[in-house]
Amino acid sequence: MKNTLRIFAVLIALAAGGFWFAKGANRGWTKNKVQIETVDEITGIKGFRDEKVFIPGLDVLAIATGISVVVFGISFAFKTKNQKQTPST
Amino acid sequence: MKTKIAVLTLLAALSGSAFAAPETFDFKDPKGVNNAQFKLDAPLEAVTGHANGISGTVIFDPEKPGDTKGKIVVASQSLSVPNSMMQGHLHSDKWMDVAKHPEIFFEVKELKNVKTSGGATTADATGTFTCKGVSKELTVPVKLTYLKDKLSQRVPNMNGDLLVIRANFTIKRSDFNIMAHQVEDKVSDEIELSLAIAGASSK
Repeated sequence: MKNTLRIFAVLIALAAGGFWFAKGANRGWTKNKVQIETVDEITGIKGFRDEKVFIPGLDVLAIATGISVVVFGISFAFKTKNQKQTPST
Repeated sequence: MKTKIAVLTLLAALSGSAFAAPETFDFKDPKGVNNAQFKLDAPLEAVTGHANGISGTVIFDPEKPGDTKGKIVVASQSLSVPNSMMQGHLHSDKWMDVAKHPEIFFEVKELKNVKTSGGATTADATGTFTCKGVSKELTVPVKLTYLKDKLSQRVPNMNGDLLVIRANFTIKRSDFNIMAHQVEDKVSDEIELSLAIAGASSK
């Protein structure tokens, strides 16, 4: 169980990091919409419309890292097989 | 003879006033392009967003741009930032309180330092800026561009003129009770505002 939790913690961190990097390594806040710029040809005004998209930011990375650390910490509550066995006299 | 001169003078005055008549421009944009942008500096990332809910009317006389008066309204519910949770905070009673204060508006009383070149006029617009129930007198540099007979190119089957207003200015959160003097280490007190809007006067 101990090793399982530790492996799980590492996988969480790797998955979050990999997802964050694949989505553009955004170093700001997580975004769930972006502004698409349009230009009105007659007036020259730049307009904006929102488009739904998910771009994880450092906040998501921090939360995932926190979960990973907690899971890793929980792993210390479990003893290894060697510690469970009664020592022979 | 005197009668002829009087009639000609009257006709000249009438024709002159017809060309110089003030027009009322409506800024509710059917194309949804009109927008106001805002930006607040923050340590991690500047908070930037926009608002598309623009409306209001401006009375503009191309012959006397200095007489411009009007009111531009931004629906506070239309304030948008890229993060939905952050947008929720922005709309909440702690920040913009959009439920209680649905409109942000600027009422122009007069233009000073008016300079006109072609169809473009730059000036300092003095008026009352109201945000979250607080009104303050502000002077804002503006640029007005009058586009005669261009409405039909923008909105088919509608004839008339366009008036484009551009403005960039800064206000302080603390002046308008927007989390005044709070979290200034996380979000700056200064809000940079940028307005780019087009109004239509149909004939």
